[in-house]
Amino acid sequence: MSSKGRGLKYGLMLLSSVFLLLLSFLCSLAIGEVPFRLVDVPSILSDTASMEYGILTHIRIPRTVLALAIGGSLSLCGVILQGIYRNPLVEPYTLGISGGAAVGVTLAIVTGLAIKGIPLSIFGFAGALVTVFIVYALSIRNNRMSTGKMVLIGVMISFISSSVVMLLMSMTNAEQLHGIIYWTMGSLNETDNAVVLTLLGVSLLMLASTLLFIVPLNAMRLGESKARHLGINTNTIIRILFVITSLMTGSCIAVAGIIGFVGLIIPHISRMLTGTDYRVLLPAAFLNGAIFLIWCDILARIVISPNELPIGVITGIFGGIAFIFILSSRRLKSRLL
Amino acid sequence: MRDNFLEIKGLSCGYPGGFSLKSLNLTLPRGAFAGIIGRNGSGKSTLFKSITGDIRLTGGSVVLDSAALTGLTLKEKARRIATVTQFVETGPVTVREYVLMGRIPWLDSFSYSYSAADTEIAEKYMALTGLTELSESLVTGISGGELQLTAIASALTQGPSLLLLDEPTAHLDIHYQAMIMDMLYRLNREEGLTVLMIIHDLNLAGGYCDHLIMMNNGEISVEGTPDEVLTPENIRSAFGADVLIISHPITGKPVIISNLPGVSGKQATNDSKPDAE
Repeated sequence: MSSKGRGLKYGLMLLSSVFLLLLSFLCSLAIGEVPFRLVDVPSILSDTASMEYGILTHIRIPRTVLALAIGGSLSLCGVILQGIYRNPLVEPYTLGISGGAAVGVTLAIVTGLAIKGIPLSIFGFAGALVTVFIVYALSIRNNRMSTGKMVLIGVMISFISSSVVMLLMSMTNAEQLHGIIYWTMGSLNETDNAVVLTLLGVSLLMLASTLLFIVPLNAMRLGESKARHLGINTNTIIRILFVITSLMTGSCIAVAGIIGFVGLIIPHISRMLTGTDYRVLLPAAFLNGAIFLIWCDILARIVISPNELPIGVITGIFGGIAFIFILSSRRLKSRLL
Repeated sequence: MRDNFLEIKGLSCGYPGGFSLKSLNLTLPRGAFAGIIGRNGSGKSTLFKSITGDIRLTGGSVVLDSAALTGLTLKEKARRIATVTQFVETGPVTVREYVLMGRIPWLDSFSYSYSAADTEIAEKYMALTGLTELSESLVTGISGGELQLTAIASALTQGPSLLLLDEPTAHLDIHYQAMIMDMLYRLNREEGLTVLMIIHDLNLAGGYCDHLIMMNNGEISVEGTPDEVLTPENIRSAFGADVLIISHPITGKPVIISNLPGVSGKQATNDSKPDAE
């Protein structure tokens, strides 16, 4: 296929993803305990006094926007991290970030700091930052970052953190235990619109900034050494991308808790759909992640309605099954990494 | 005419607590076709890595075309030197994408796509290496020889003035060996590309290179024309192997024959095998 033909194909693919995202967004507004018809949405929005208006603006719109921002960000982080570490099993949480956040939140709940008006997300973010710093500092040697070492340290930090969380949980009371478990399962219930909008802004900003690294990421598909011989300062690029993805993942965890598998499975599915050229892959991963999480959230809302399932449960079950399916399919596997 | 295109002076480098090169000197004229020979672990690859900047110099300097390499950015360096490593890493890219990546050092910052001129250069070298038919195949699915050719085509697309190759013919059958060496030789003669390669096959080294550098224990033990370097004495001291050297019936270049047991009265002492790659 000519490169022009390929460009057109990828353009159409991205365009259809955008369309699908819009459709998913609207569906997410309409589906729930109180279902609306899509055509009614504009009229509901004009009647600010109705109960439906309240449901839309206070519940469904914020959580759908949040699903979009978090799904997109986690998937984008995953695609970048898998790229710089050249490891198909790396995801935003592999590097110990989620573990650190969990320790931060658990500590806050156990010590009672959480009830003093400081939102849990602050502790989650702080915990994530501390871990990122530890992993980063430990993987630098001779002023160079060792990517292999970093993955190992990240995995070890995850183990240590989960043990620390269990230690803290074993020393606490039932009520606090519930808070910890609920946070760990992940939730998109965030009623503060400012938080939602900030996260959306940050995630779009991150998407834009990572687009600046398309050429280095493309070159690193052939390994760090080849990329360096092509004039790319892989050392600096890896550091910058690590910091960007860590901050983004930290923010997502801080707001929504641990939502696993989005950052692992959506990058793989995106690669199968669009190939590995980061010019298409980065935006595609963001869009696909957003679509995936919006539908997971819809499922979480309707499966045991009027109650709702934790979103981490849905993504874990679906993501895990999809990943095993891909690994056992030789044809699909050959197109990964 | 020697205009000292590549000039290495007092170069020292190495791995912490391990192997090191000490005060190594080497000059190459523009348009040289030079080969580095020596046993495994004699410092050939380390010397290469010090030129490409993969390991840091602890002393001395490398000057290419009157520019000190340590003062150049990676991008500036990549416009001058292209490297084909011993083990070519693959990734999920097509042959065409791989070769086109050679234009990356010439892209403007934050530019995403190759120009028509870039594509033309890549296509030229794909045609030269016979890869045009394979251009849409994934590099993970082609043969070792084809992969080597892809890496070389990509390095040539980089438009370097110095081409470094680490054992370009190792593990390849005789068809690819001859094809790759002939092509590099032609480019060297026709386009004046300076070539420096690490090469294990002494017969290929003697047949193609106009300058040979023999390394032993991190030092250059002998250098000169193939006739000067490839003598039974030099090979015995560098490789610990007894060989016969005869003249090629047509080219007159040195041809090295391993002393097999029973061939001569002098049995090879064989604490190390004659090079078999």
